[in-house]
Amino acid sequence: MEAVKVQDIAVNDLPWTIEYHAERCTLCGSCLASCTFGAIKPVVQRQSVTVSEGNQPKPVHRQIARTIIKQVADFANACRGCGMCERVCPNNAIRPVRNPDNRRALLSRDSGPIKRGGRTNLNAQRTLDKIIVGRISQMTDPALDAQRHTFDMRAPLGRVLAAKELPFSMEGGRITMTKKAPPVRWIYPLIFSDMSIGALSTRAWEAVAMATAYLNERCHIPIVMSSGEGGMPVKLMESEYLKYFMIQIASGHFGWNRIVKALPRMKVDPAAVLIKIGQGAKPGDGGLLQAEKVAPHVQAIRGVPKATLSSPPNHQGLYSIEESVQKMHLSMNAAFGFRVPVAIKCAASSTSVSVYNNLLRDPYKICGGFFIDGIQGGTGAANEISLDHTGHPVVSKIRDCYLAAVKTGLQGQIPLFGGGGIGLTGNAAADAFKMICLGANGVFCGKILIQLLGCVGNEHGRCNSCNTGKCPTGICTQNPRLVKRLDVDKGAQKIVDYVLAFDAELKKLMAPIGNSSLPVGRSDALVSTDKAIADKLGIQYVC
Amino acid sequence: MCRIGAVKSKNPVQPSTALRLMLPQQEGHDNSGFAMVMQDLYGVFGLYKDKPLLSMACTQQGGHLVEEYMDAHRFVKMSEWLPVPDKRKGLNIQTMPYYIFRTYDYPENVTDPDEREALLVDTRLALRKMLTETGQGYVYSFWPDLLTLKEVGDPSDIATYFHLWDDNGCLVAKNIIVQSRQNTNYEIIRYAAHPFFLQGYTLCANGENTFYTKNKEFQRSLFRGYIGFESDSQTFLYTLHYVLHELKWPIPYYKHVITPLPFAEIEKREDRDVLLSIRQSLAHLEINGPNTIIAGLPDGRMMTCCDSKKLRPVVVGGDENTIAISSEVCGINEILPDRDTSKDIYPDEREIVVIDNDLEVQRWKQ
Repeated sequence: MEAVKVQDIAVNDLPWTIEYHAERCTLCGSCLASCTFGAIKPVVQRQSVTVSEGNQPKPVHRQIARTIIKQVADFANACRGCGMCERVCPNNAIRPVRNPDNRRALLSRDSGPIKRGGRTNLNAQRTLDKIIVGRISQMTDPALDAQRHTFDMRAPLGRVLAAKELPFSMEGGRITMTKKAPPVRWIYPLIFSDMSIGALSTRAWEAVAMATAYLNERCHIPIVMSSGEGGMPVKLMESEYLKYFMIQIASGHFGWNRIVKALPRMKVDPAAVLIKIGQGAKPGDGGLLQAEKVAPHVQAIRGVPKATLSSPPNHQGLYSIEESVQKMHLSMNAAFGFRVPVAIKCAASSTSVSVYNNLLRDPYKICGGFFIDGIQGGTGAANEISLDHTGHPVVSKIRDCYLAAVKTGLQGQIPLFGGGGIGLTGNAAADAFKMICLGANGVFCGKILIQLLGCVGNEHGRCNSCNTGKCPTGICTQNPRLVKRLDVDKGAQKIVDYVLAFDAELKKLMAPIGNSSLPVGRSDALVSTDKAIADKLGIQYVC
Repeated sequence: MCRIGAVKSKNPVQPSTALRLMLPQQEGHDNSGFAMVMQDLYGVFGLYKDKPLLSMACTQQGGHLVEEYMDAHRFVKMSEWLPVPDKRKGLNIQTMPYYIFRTYDYPENVTDPDEREALLVDTRLALRKMLTETGQGYVYSFWPDLLTLKEVGDPSDIATYFHLWDDNGCLVAKNIIVQSRQNTNYEIIRYAAHPFFLQGYTLCANGENTFYTKNKEFQRSLFRGYIGFESDSQTFLYTLHYVLHELKWPIPYYKHVITPLPFAEIEKREDRDVLLSIRQSLAHLEINGPNTIIAGLPDGRMMTCCDSKKLRPVVVGGDENTIAISSEVCGINEILPDRDTSKDIYPDEREIVVIDNDLEVQRWKQ
């Protein structure tokens, strides 16, 4: 009998166990080839079997040595439940099964804090699902026809002046502009959020970029994509397509050497610049790209050696909002000749309203958008403790910021965009619509884009291995063999199809409330079956 | 649904004309009220055209409170017309004890025209606040050469009560804006019935403003007189006042504010920078939903326009002496049967129609 060694890691300590049927397995090896985590291995096992090999039944008991697939019992190679083995097995002989009694949370901190990608696995509450579009046009005013009427679904991105501040003069009954106003783009109210080259494979980033260009050029849906903190390919920066991109600058300033060098050769202006102060998935933490993913092309585009790239938690030298405005906003505005809106992205926080108030009252009137990222946002890599235990839900924060602006009559002057969990349950249009009614001008989403490309990660601990460089779908890895798993064209098509459906679904929500343009701040269109949520958001409670 | 109308004439007309404009349309409204604003007055107020005229309905105590307030603020009473009501039984009308129409002279020390305007607004707001807090009445307008009468009930009966059918020459005006329905979307309160009035601007609307909440939230901080919001249609008036009076933009831009052109159309325009700036700065004043507006401006001009999908009707028709605007053409047929109907105008969803004091009709395409 074998001694029980309780400190050793056993398969039943792992979050996923492999259900393997040796009798169905033909030992083709596909599962082994597909598993990027080394979670399974072929082993020769002594087995006690009864066989009958003659023409007549003649059972014989034998001890044989047999090759089987076995799960590796350590956390470094733990099965992530991605299910690639199940996908490739021709005989349904293998699949991962969630192990509710696993001891991962206790035992996998041997080499320090747990790091992973994905979203929070603890705070998956869905405020938006407790809100219903309850003000339906009946008799008093006609509902519109989502198929036949025209809808004007655009969101401003840029600093909007109060009407009295507009540089207008009147001549012969006509208004003319006497000087330039701050640049404002009217974009689609869904923004492809910042996922860097580095966090994503170049090909995955390219798929999102292709979808962006296609939606703009062929579908006339002016989607904007944020570059993420990691620079952009020089060829793209020097192309006409740059106008669909929002270049991000985050605390690591990665990629900006190339961006600055490309400036004189840019044919068109980018859609916007996004200053990232923080992100919802790991507020107060800078970006993190682990050395495993810093491949040669990532090194080149970011101008860094192969090492784990930890962006600082804040922009060095910025100690206050005022400084941020004066230094960062002004220098970014100046870099692009004051022709490009400069927006700012912060993690949702109890302090968001103060930040927004300060930006609204800034005398330079230079902040072109306030992006609030909630706790349900995704990330390529973070400490799990940050993912699960820090952050702030975005829904009430958007509402709070909007109402703070209403209080001072400044609503709409700095467009509000909410993100973090948009489309968490698959229906981004419903989420977007409700956020807009609560005061957002638009929403941004990232995780669902990679899910459309093929990411199988979820909020129940499935996969979430974006940080490892071993992404089984080729999306969050720089390993060329794995990247080949991603069909870029199909991936881009998936995103395009989703956005087209999103567009149609948004109309399906606007039509019954009788609106042909975005109902920003139309909280009267929403009701909630949850009294606490209704009270907090200032909408009608219904039951 | 409401039905709205207006009469603008070179020859002063009496309220019965406005009533005859509205009554044929009663299938479209519910005969639940009557409200009119008369401007450019003749009759009993013809001699006091430059003096502010207070229109109110109140209790006896309310009347005293107002008198005390006006005395204390050095307004000098000039003239008064108190209707002698016909109190016959069976009239469908919810009356107030007193209806007061009184002209005042400005306080001696206030001579600047702008100061006078501001004073009239502030005085009306203060009176309204006082009467609301004490529950003693309603003040509808306080402005030179402009009278407001509102009451809840059947329009015919209300007219009987005030002797409006008699054509007795007391109330006569060149401009009348009229509506025959109490607002039934919300509580029945007199302030919720259009036409609404602010600083010389009068407006009534037929429709539903589905951007009421965002309009209201924005307007509250724009001007001290943007109050009440008992009806979703008040926001139309406040936006009109804001665009024309506060921003001092030309009239066609009102249409650009409430029903902005689609982005695709703006892009093709030479003045796209201006139109986009307006759309983004005043996004919260956009009006969505079906509606028609009829408005009177301080200088006596009248205007009308519709929502961006033309979901509510309106027609403008008239002859060389009188022009009427009406939700339905049957109303105009009643008061101007001999006009050339081929010249009737049915404004479209991108049009704004303005009638000036010489009855010249201007049509602007947005």
